Amino acid sequence: MNVLFFGIAKDIVGSSQITFSDEFKKPNSVAALKAQLMLSYPELSKLTSLAVAVNSEYAEDDVSLTVGDEIAIIPPVSGG
Amino acid sequence: MSEKIIEIVDKIDASKVFNELSHPKSGGICVFVGTVREFTKGEEVVSLEFETYKKMALKEMDKIATEAVVKWNLNKVIIRHAVGLKEVEEPVVVVGASSAHRDACFEACRYLIDTLKKTVPIWKKERFENKSVWVSAHP
Repeated sequence: MNVLFFGIAKDIVGSSQITFSDEFKKPNSVAALKAQLMLSYPELSKLTSLAVAVNSEYAEDDVSLTVGDEIAIIPPVSGG
Repeated sequence: MSEKIIEIVDKIDASKVFNELSHPKSGGICVFVGTVREFTKGEEVVSLEFETYKKMALKEMDKIATEAVVKWNLNKVIIRHAVGLKEVEEPVVVVGASSAHRDACFEACRYLIDTLKKTVPIWKKERFENKSVWVSAHP
């Protein structure tokens, strides 16, 4: 399971991608992933918002995650 | 069948957008061009740097364009955003709508840029003389 990071989230994590290779330790929902990341990288919880995309669609907290998913951490967008 | 142009590019040529939106059934074309402003809250900006999650950004841009086409019955619509390093006065985004009457394209154009700013995964970093800041990241 690959998790991609962009913008300020990439700076905070220090990498553009994290791979959860251990099936048993990988978070099984969007909410669990966010909780795990915020624990590991407390600076993420200071952002205005933190959204998650699963397979390039915005995903609510209750969406479950599976091994083949491409997941992205979306900090506050600022295009335009 | 209306035509949509959805692109993420390295450099924007704002001068070609009229031809791209020109249509025999249109009586009006409305275009918004977003550009790099020299000052933010009194501080001088050296440049802006844009990055994107391209696959998702194109999908979100397509959703916005499709919604606008349906809602305002557009003949043509364009959403084009630039990425990379942009200097003062450079265009960074072009949105436009082409429709039978002007009310529709004015409203659609506003909707395109306002919604893009809310949902499309593109991020901008403001580079000042001594620091750089991800825009809107913190409350």
